[in-house]
Amino acid sequence: MTDWTRASAADMAAAMQRGEVSSVELTQAHLDRIAGVDGDVHAFLHIDAEGALATARAVDEARANGEDLPALAGVPIAVKDVLVTEGLPTTAGSRILEGWIPPYDGTVTRKLREARMPILGKTNMDEFAMGSSTEHSGYGATHNPWDLDRIPGGSGGGSAAALAAFEAPLAIGSDTGGSIRQPASVTATVGVKPTYGGVSRYGAIALASSLDQLGPCARTVLDTALLHEVMGGHDDMDATSLDEPVPAVVDAARDGARRDLSGVRVGVIKELSGAEGGFQDGVKQRFDEALEHLRAMGAEIVEVSCPSFEYALAAYYVILPSEASSNLAKFDSVRFGMRVEKGNVERTMAATRAEGFGDEVKRRIILGTYALSAGYYDAYYGSAQKVRTLVQRDFDAAFAEVDVLVSPTTPTTPFKLGERVDDPMAMYLNDIATIPANLAGIPGMSLPAGTAPEDGLPVGFQILAPAREDARLYRVGAALEAALVDEWGGALTAQAPELEVK
Amino acid sequence: MAGLTYEKALEQFDPVFGIEVHVELNTATKMFCGCANQFGAEPNTQVCPVCLGLPGSMPVVNEKAVESAIRLGLSLGCSIRDSSRFARKNYFYPDVSKNYQISQYDEPTCFEGSLDVVLDDGEVVTVGIERAHMEEDAGKNTHVGGTGGIQGASHSLVDYNRGGVPLVEIVTHPIQGTGERVAEVARAYVATIRDIVKALDISDGRMEQGSVRADVNLSLRPKAAAGEDQAAVPFGKRSETKNVNSLRAIERAIHHEVVRQAELLLAGEPVVQETRHWHEDTGSTTPGRSKEQAEDYRYFPEPDLLPVEPSRDWVEELRGTIPEHPAKMRARLKDAWGFSDTDMRDAINADALDLIAASVEAGAKPQAARKWWMGELARTANDRGVTLRDLAVTPAHIAELQSLIDEGKINDKLARQALEGVLAGEGSPSEVVSSRGLEVVSDDSALEAAVDEALASQPDVLAKIQDGKVQAAGAIVGAVMKATRGQADAGRVREIILQRAGVEG
Repeated sequence: MTDWTRASAADMAAAMQRGEVSSVELTQAHLDRIAGVDGDVHAFLHIDAEGALATARAVDEARANGEDLPALAGVPIAVKDVLVTEGLPTTAGSRILEGWIPPYDGTVTRKLREARMPILGKTNMDEFAMGSSTEHSGYGATHNPWDLDRIPGGSGGGSAAALAAFEAPLAIGSDTGGSIRQPASVTATVGVKPTYGGVSRYGAIALASSLDQLGPCARTVLDTALLHEVMGGHDDMDATSLDEPVPAVVDAARDGARRDLSGVRVGVIKELSGAEGGFQDGVKQRFDEALEHLRAMGAEIVEVSCPSFEYALAAYYVILPSEASSNLAKFDSVRFGMRVEKGNVERTMAATRAEGFGDEVKRRIILGTYALSAGYYDAYYGSAQKVRTLVQRDFDAAFAEVDVLVSPTTPTTPFKLGERVDDPMAMYLNDIATIPANLAGIPGMSLPAGTAPEDGLPVGFQILAPAREDARLYRVGAALEAALVDEWGGALTAQAPELEVK
Repeated sequence: MAGLTYEKALEQFDPVFGIEVHVELNTATKMFCGCANQFGAEPNTQVCPVCLGLPGSMPVVNEKAVESAIRLGLSLGCSIRDSSRFARKNYFYPDVSKNYQISQYDEPTCFEGSLDVVLDDGEVVTVGIERAHMEEDAGKNTHVGGTGGIQGASHSLVDYNRGGVPLVEIVTHPIQGTGERVAEVARAYVATIRDIVKALDISDGRMEQGSVRADVNLSLRPKAAAGEDQAAVPFGKRSETKNVNSLRAIERAIHHEVVRQAELLLAGEPVVQETRHWHEDTGSTTPGRSKEQAEDYRYFPEPDLLPVEPSRDWVEELRGTIPEHPAKMRARLKDAWGFSDTDMRDAINADALDLIAASVEAGAKPQAARKWWMGELARTANDRGVTLRDLAVTPAHIAELQSLIDEGKINDKLARQALEGVLAGEGSPSEVVSSRGLEVVSDDSALEAAVDEALASQPDVLAKIQDGKVQAAGAIVGAVMKATRGQADAGRVREIILQRAGVEG
């Protein structure tokens, strides 16, 4: 009997079309898998078996009636708890939203429903997407299926772990400074942060509005592209949404899989190539091997320099907390969520926020409030915006020379849970390679590059493209994936240790 | 110091004031969402995830509101920025659903204009406009228990229907040199803003419903000694009186603040820079929360919205839709209509100017139009406790009514009856005249018969007339009018009586 949880979304969709499997069977297989392994992995905060199966049944009936169905109809999906889902609890990983049932759907949620994809449940995340390990979740950390003692990345560790643990074939993520790409990197899955404005943010609980972007997560480049096309496109409800069609990413992924990169110029970012320290040996090794694959497929590899990246992390940690301090002000107990009654409204607001927010959230609210204060604004927020402009110029200059830029996604393989939770700077440095893309609004992908020889843990390969050129990520990514899968003799996730099914 | 009057205070001090006027726009929907923008609905029925600030929701700018703001800015002589940004004003308050208000800060859409304000005696004061920017209104708190204020309340209710209603805030530069006319200028300024927004049809301009609200800043400084430049004397500390929401209240609030500040200064006490609450019942102000010093709104550009970038062409197109300045329009109409100052002021105060203008446009003579709107109709509206616009009569009706009179088809008395019919919804004046049979009796033979009958029944009156007491004819006119149920032309009746009596009229 086929274990459908190991299949790709594309294969599941094709099998349903051929009548080899039903959506109910697929959905039930994933619910069973969740029941079997999620006690250890803790990828999910909420599971909606009933809702998922109802959608699956409706898809099966429609198919039986010969109705035309969307490409991914019946393929189950996990949704990061940052995205509001009408009737399903949505907490953004925070205790302050415990028990809140949104009265509306986010735009991407609506698109998933229109695509008739059963929503398995909501995945764990660092509280309000602040973190790189899910250790800042108000509901306990998620564990990396490759090694349950290690971090699954963050903030979208739940979505990435659900994919790596075969609890879902597809997942929604959100990426403010790497929250899709870094978890993908450490779990040997694929994740894409689309161009800013490429996917509607309406209904995504905001961390830093000018950096946030929802994106697709999957185990293959093609699956990621299929989900990208479901999610993307203009939305009147999001003023920052691009008014143009979704890039043809599925075509690009199929094109890339032919493994011909002739004429493609690939730029290695000098500052992020591991030459300047902080990068684990095995990460550098796998990265260099991936470059050789690209070269072998006809790509031209050149080194480019982005000198302003040195300041990107500092600028990011001014802009993000500033916007977050304002975005998180609405969590005040007046209209929704937790309430700690304390005499009058001001004290009630304060007490609720004191109890409902975790330490990392408080740390960033304090940072942001300070940075925006009268007398400090120019020195902090103003300077950070200037750095942002410089980072954008570095990218512009680089993309004048090359088609895509590449780097390792993270400096190291996944570290141990608890190892950095009390050292914010060490935690923040994990996002050094992913943050510049958010500052510039450009798209980025992480895909598996192999495991580091020294620890056998996943290494991620990052591809960046100019704004609106998301398709380039998929072409280059699919080519590299095809070459590597050939070399490995199958998907990297197949090399992960088997989880104990309980 | 008790008993200091406004006039006495201003003999010793020079007032400087500034006004922030908030105009609620009459767009169909709110500033950043699709909810209805309508006054008076059941609490929390015009709300959605956006204006409730639910997690995940995002604002989208109402283009109509931007258009209204630009038209208002152009009417105030402002420059329109090619690119302006919204900003977040961060502060915690339950009626602000997101705990920040989306406003404009360092890049207001409209900036640096000026407005001529015409006082009752025709003097013109030019008020400098610093900016006119867009923002969203807050919800409305109702404090339950106690005196209705937040202090002593047992709990508070929040209605978010008003949350997100589009506002334009117009901020003046400090206005100097108005002396003892400070209160008058302030009132006239706000009245002019109200008239402009109504003429632009971007707001209903109803101060009593809060659709035009004013905050009044005022400070006093010593009067310059003879030969010295008043402008060189530094400003005093100012108070900001919030939510002064009628023209009369603006005058009263300024009177109160002038006297209050002058008393403090004369007693050698400092004026505290603070916000103050206006109390309509007592005509006085009291200190508000002393938040001015402590509050830091941490403004930063609203990242959920793109800059507002109106094209030059669009702005010029909007400039073409700007109506005449209300004061200039009034001066022009006053001349054209031959109205006295009193006629004009009464018409303005009764909010009847545009009704009269429309009646004139429809063909009525100005004085006739004024007579109807300011007389019969004003009385009726007053009796019914409604506005002139609520009556079932239009300027076209008035023009038609007057033309019936001018053609001699009805007289004034019949015209009033016809108007009654129009007000009762019986149709146009002509329709009422014909359905009620109100046309004057113009058939001389019928009138002659009625005159003969009346003279025959009152021979003593005929004798008096023939003796030269022509005024005695009035009794016969009365009798004829009675006999014809008022449908005779009294002038013609008099002529016939005199003819019959053999006396020249």
